Amino acid sequence: MPTFVRTEKCDGCKGQDKTACMYICPHDLMKLDKDGSDTGHAMKAYNQEPEQCWECYSCVKICPQGAIEVRHYADIVPLGGSVQPMRGSDSIMWTIKFRNGTIKRFKFPIRTTSEGSIDNYGGKPMPKMADLSTPGMFTGTSMNGYRAGKKEELIRVK
Amino acid sequence: MAEGTFGNPAIVEEELDILLIGGGMACCGAAYEVMRWAEAVKAESGKELKIKLVDKAAVDRSGAVAQGLSAINTYIGPDLDPADYARMVSNDLMGITRDDLAYDLGRNVDDSVHLFEEWGLPIWKTDAEGVRHDGAEAQKEGIPSLKDGGKPVRSGKWQIMINGESYKWIVAEAAKKALGLARIEERIFIVKLVNDKNDPSRISGAVGFSVRDNTIHIYKAKAVLLAAGGCVNLFRPRSVGEGAGRAWYPVWNAGSTYAMAAEAGAEMTMMENRFVPARFKDGYGPVGAWFLLFKAKATNAYGEDYMVKNKAMLDDYPPYGQAAVPASCLRNHLMLKEMKDGKGPIYMDTVSALAKLRETLTPKEVKHLESEAWEDFLDMCVGQCGIWVGENIEPEKKMSELMPTEPYLLGSHSGCCGIWVSGPEDLGAPTAADGEYDGVPAHLPRGWNWGYRSMTTVKGLFTAGDGVGASGHKFSSGSHAEGRLAAKAMVKYALDNKDFKPELDTPAAQLAEEIYKPVRNFLEHKDYTTAIDVNPHYITPKMLQMRLQKIMDEYVAGCATYYNTNDKMLAVAEEKLEMLKEDSLKMRAKDLHELLRAWENYHRIITAEAHMKHIQFREESRYPGFYYRTDKNFVDEKNWHCFVNSVYDKNTHKWTCFKRKHTDLVDKSKLFKAAAH
Repeated sequence: MPTFVRTEKCDGCKGQDKTACMYICPHDLMKLDKDGSDTGHAMKAYNQEPEQCWECYSCVKICPQGAIEVRHYADIVPLGGSVQPMRGSDSIMWTIKFRNGTIKRFKFPIRTTSEGSIDNYGGKPMPKMADLSTPGMFTGTSMNGYRAGKKEELIRVK
Repeated sequence: MAEGTFGNPAIVEEELDILLIGGGMACCGAAYEVMRWAEAVKAESGKELKIKLVDKAAVDRSGAVAQGLSAINTYIGPDLDPADYARMVSNDLMGITRDDLAYDLGRNVDDSVHLFEEWGLPIWKTDAEGVRHDGAEAQKEGIPSLKDGGKPVRSGKWQIMINGESYKWIVAEAAKKALGLARIEERIFIVKLVNDKNDPSRISGAVGFSVRDNTIHIYKAKAVLLAAGGCVNLFRPRSVGEGAGRAWYPVWNAGSTYAMAAEAGAEMTMMENRFVPARFKDGYGPVGAWFLLFKAKATNAYGEDYMVKNKAMLDDYPPYGQAAVPASCLRNHLMLKEMKDGKGPIYMDTVSALAKLRETLTPKEVKHLESEAWEDFLDMCVGQCGIWVGENIEPEKKMSELMPTEPYLLGSHSGCCGIWVSGPEDLGAPTAADGEYDGVPAHLPRGWNWGYRSMTTVKGLFTAGDGVGASGHKFSSGSHAEGRLAAKAMVKYALDNKDFKPELDTPAAQLAEEIYKPVRNFLEHKDYTTAIDVNPHYITPKMLQMRLQKIMDEYVAGCATYYNTNDKMLAVAEEKLEMLKEDSLKMRAKDLHELLRAWENYHRIITAEAHMKHIQFREESRYPGFYYRTDKNFVDEKNWHCFVNSVYDKNTHKWTCFKRKHTDLVDKSKLFKAAAH
């Protein structure tokens, strides 16, 4: 069903300001069934259009209850495997279970700064309005990333 | 304001200077750049520009990078020249790209990559001994950042490896901080651009609806950036059940960029181009690292390397087949030969590749290598891992199948369809004085620059990323950089037009009525039948999408025909698409989620029609391996080494296709000289 929500784990994000999976899904798939009229499970979320799921794991990673998992595409994949992450502040842990029972675990870094710490324009130049007519970006050469290129490569520039 | 209902939505109107449509890499780049210039404008003139970003999803995880990425595919570095990059883009896209756009991107893109690293994106590094380290470890080891001369791990001439699970999250944080939350509206789907009442060649705003409450949003703006991705699921996908969602490119890219621009009158370019990636079968996991980092070979079922075996076929397409790296479509062309000859399945020989690497590695390094191989999928395509675990595939023990996918339309990856935009002025691009083919409609600009970088032929309408056509190979970093270039030009445009007061060419009430038409169809007719999905008065968005996919697959060179079409099949498609477009007015929406799907599918139809018309107009097969016109099965350099562009008339619903001259700004012959590599 691509993503599925474990009934006993989902609390509908009752204590939060928004339903996390519904907030994050890039394709508007996750839905909170407020009164249970869609699923029989009031105040729990579900994937309302599983055949449109990209298995991007955005909802799996953000769910505060760890209630969302993925049962991989039923029209393609044999049953029994699972791929489940635990996303922390600086790294992500993956537990990979094969159909034959083999288990692998991997941990990868995800960012080298703490979340919310980006200092957008700190130490960056403040451009002048007059620079609006020149090529390039406001950062100019301050990021050491502008590649001027060899003049002779441009065969029509006199 | 009275609260809206499903039958009677509320209308919210707002007037802005600059509107950003989309929340992916391009719009995040635009947000970052635009606010700094807005600060400069405020500091110098006291004028506060009114700016807003509107995304149909949540910026933290929207766009093509939502899931993450395992590499940044465009990083020039200090040793390559932007001209080298422009040459590569050109050859990969069979010679028809705009060097001005590619070159400009090439000289600017590394600035964005350096920012990403500063913001916290872990970038793999190679140390002085040639040992590679992941991004976090590299930092702990004191290896310098790219900005300060650190050496990235190249997984190809232009690609660098990253630990990119949170790539979008990080880039979004910078964009959101730049804008401030008050300038961001999420879960609003823009479905139409609106031209100006007093000047139809100018943009005056955009309209859409909330997918969370019953509200229509009408934005007037002087300048609009339309960067809402490419087009996915316009062809019948290879998996049609649950797996339909496992598209290679994000399934939420619905052609909105192309359709809305075309309807606003913007000149489109190279809409015949498509991308048919050869990927791990069914999961569509990335192959780049396997080929380039792990040195794996792709073979037919009998172990033959088809790139070697069928090499002579490349000579059918000079000069593009003869570069050190042949164009992507030609690599598919050689693979398809094996499939058609019954020599499938095609395999990525992961077993031999890993065995070979293990010969020289310590057990610790082997473990690291295994982890790298899995991370490649886990960072950007978890679905492929799902297939591997379900099928008990451990890459060191069992090979995996490769398969060319269904076609995708995009302008940022290995594709070049999109919108015709004004380029930079300092690179020697053609001007009005250089002449042009007859047949270019008189109202369109001559030359490749008409005042503002990244502005379309509609005044005030800008684009970036998948929106900018005739370029390609921008990927995540290039789309971010391109959004920044557009944003800067938009600030200039907004200031140059400070007295312009946008007026919508259509009254608000009428726009609202058009947007909620699928809801009306549903409410009016739902009780006519006992089951709501089968009703002679309307069609569900899902069935309409399947009808579109069937037409495109069977007549416009989808998988069903091994990517073959011809003039006769295109004529059939043309007629069927015409009726489909008429029937799109009868789509139903039983809730706001289905209204989202209805409009996405309308955008897909317009995009698909553009694709079909362009293939029909270009009387050759420019991209062998991506599509073939069997009635014109050759590359015709004499007559078709040119752009195919088009304009759409939203009143008559007709397309006009025409040629534009191609000009090289860098010397392409260097691609074919041994010394260049």
